[in-house]
Amino acid sequence: MGDSKYSETVDNYKRSIRLKLIFIIACIIAIVVVVSYAVTVGAVDIGFFEVYAIIIDHITGNITSDYDYIVFDMRLPRVVAGIIAGAGLAICGVIMQSVLKNPLADPYTTGVSSGASFGATMAMTLGMSALLGDSSVVILAFVFSLVPTFIIAMMSKFANASPTTVVMAGIGVMYLFNAMTTVMMLWANSSDLNRIFYWQVGSLALIKGWESIPIMFAVVLVGLIISMILSGKLNVLATGDDSAKALGINADRMRIFTLVLTGVVSAAIVSYTGLIGFVGLVTPHIVRMFIGADNRYLIPASALFGAALMLIADVIGRVVIYPSALPVGVVMAFIGGPFFLWMVIRRSNKAW
Amino acid sequence: MTEVVIKDVDFGYSEDHIVLHDINLVIDEPGLYCIIGPNGVGKSTMVKCVSKIVTPLKGQVLLDGEDVAKMKHKDVAKKVGFVPAFSQDAFSMSVINTILIGRYNHQKWGSREKDLEMVYKTMKLLHIENLGMRNYNALSAGQHQKVSIARGLVQEPAILILDEPTANLDVKYQVYVMEMLRAIAVERQMIIMTICHDLNITSKYAHKVIMLARPGKIHAVGAPEDVLTEDNIREVYGINCRIFTDEETKKPYVILGSAIMGMAEDY
Repeated sequence: MGDSKYSETVDNYKRSIRLKLIFIIACIIAIVVVVSYAVTVGAVDIGFFEVYAIIIDHITGNITSDYDYIVFDMRLPRVVAGIIAGAGLAICGVIMQSVLKNPLADPYTTGVSSGASFGATMAMTLGMSALLGDSSVVILAFVFSLVPTFIIAMMSKFANASPTTVVMAGIGVMYLFNAMTTVMMLWANSSDLNRIFYWQVGSLALIKGWESIPIMFAVVLVGLIISMILSGKLNVLATGDDSAKALGINADRMRIFTLVLTGVVSAAIVSYTGLIGFVGLVTPHIVRMFIGADNRYLIPASALFGAALMLIADVIGRVVIYPSALPVGVVMAFIGGPFFLWMVIRRSNKAW
Repeated sequence: MTEVVIKDVDFGYSEDHIVLHDINLVIDEPGLYCIIGPNGVGKSTMVKCVSKIVTPLKGQVLLDGEDVAKMKHKDVAKKVGFVPAFSQDAFSMSVINTILIGRYNHQKWGSREKDLEMVYKTMKLLHIENLGMRNYNALSAGQHQKVSIARGLVQEPAILILDEPTANLDVKYQVYVMEMLRAIAVERQMIIMTICHDLNITSKYAHKVIMLARPGKIHAVGAPEDVLTEDNIREVYGINCRIFTDEETKKPYVILGSAIMGMAEDY
């Protein structure tokens, strides 16, 4: 088309895509920088650039540094877990907000957190470690965190799978599980209560070492790939159920499938890290402000931004009252809370 | 050649709340079909049966002889485009991306040049080419409407259904949109079905009028001058009116009289 207005439109459109890609690259750079800084924090002084040198040496099998053990086995698992957890919770948040058409939805909207909490509390109070070993908390948290999602998925077969049904069912299930958790906590002794409390706030300090990583990594990676494949469909679903059906997408089935997907991904994360809040809620909003609501870009960008945010929050938590540390969940709430308030005020322009 | 046949269709949201009763309708030639009738009579429900958004309790909808109930959503979507009455996206994208959604069944990952060109031409047709990069939710109600219509048009279906496309539009754009839909139906040999509330706009632009009456049945189908009669309008809407024939277009022109209260429809 020789229309100059047309080429201008296409140029603008392409520029908007370039800006999205730039945002994604900026997030990757931020992660690379923060990883290095995060590994330097601790009792032993390790230089900023030394960190990557040690990592590269380790990977190439040419271990020269005395700090290899500290970097690779003590500090890096926590950092890697932070990246995985941040990325995973952020994509769950994007998907939940999109399919439930609700800016308040997060990875826990379907009650994942209440189920996980119940499982972890059960493991810690009822002496399950005799039965399931050291991993009892992780195992029970994982199993029970899936329960609310499946209850909602089953319920939607009898009612419907509209966003309102799902959100309300999620609230119902959450109260039920919280009540059961409370009962167990009433019976618990004070040292167990301490552990439960610490777990419910969520912390990357709960990551014990590399053995915590593989399952979480595999689940989040698969979740990320599936949600990238579905991202175009999510865009169609976001235009409303009727128009999605008219474009050939079974809206109800799609919503239930994505709920189960996010349920499994967030369960795999929180069972290792405890309930880390806010990253799943706030990340999608921040990223949307930069690159818009197109899920094809929003999902990968949120995964990266969530990872960076999680790492930064964890570093702040470890530095701000050094040598003691604040759990990442608390730092995230301190960052996320005021941000959320600011966003509510900003919402007056109705751009989202 | 595209053909829609609605055969003995009953629809209800539950067994004791039947919305459509025994609907029979054959649409076998291209043109602009306006569906009229009072509120709650099942106009939207009828067109949603055609696009498989809802499934009838009884009866069949056939697209080119094929039963919609047995078709996949995706295959229905290739034939039937649907533009809903009102849509507000919770998290909206730019206007270009929103319209590109209509190309969903035609495009692979990323948006090809050809799709963008079609989107641009359609925006130009609707005079919204300056809104391309604006956020959909930041638009006015009338602009929303035009973007939705554009989304339906770029889908290039053989049958396009629009649920009240002229709601929220000012008089000029009501006329413009209906004129355009009529022209597109003729030019592209499409079946375009719209739900309409304005009897005179219907009269002026529809090739055929489908008039629904309570409690969810077809009252009359035919050319505007055959359907828009004083008797039909009184029976279906419960209002008195006078009909004149416009000298220039030879179409009926409806002058509304008073509402007749206490008729059977007020339940």
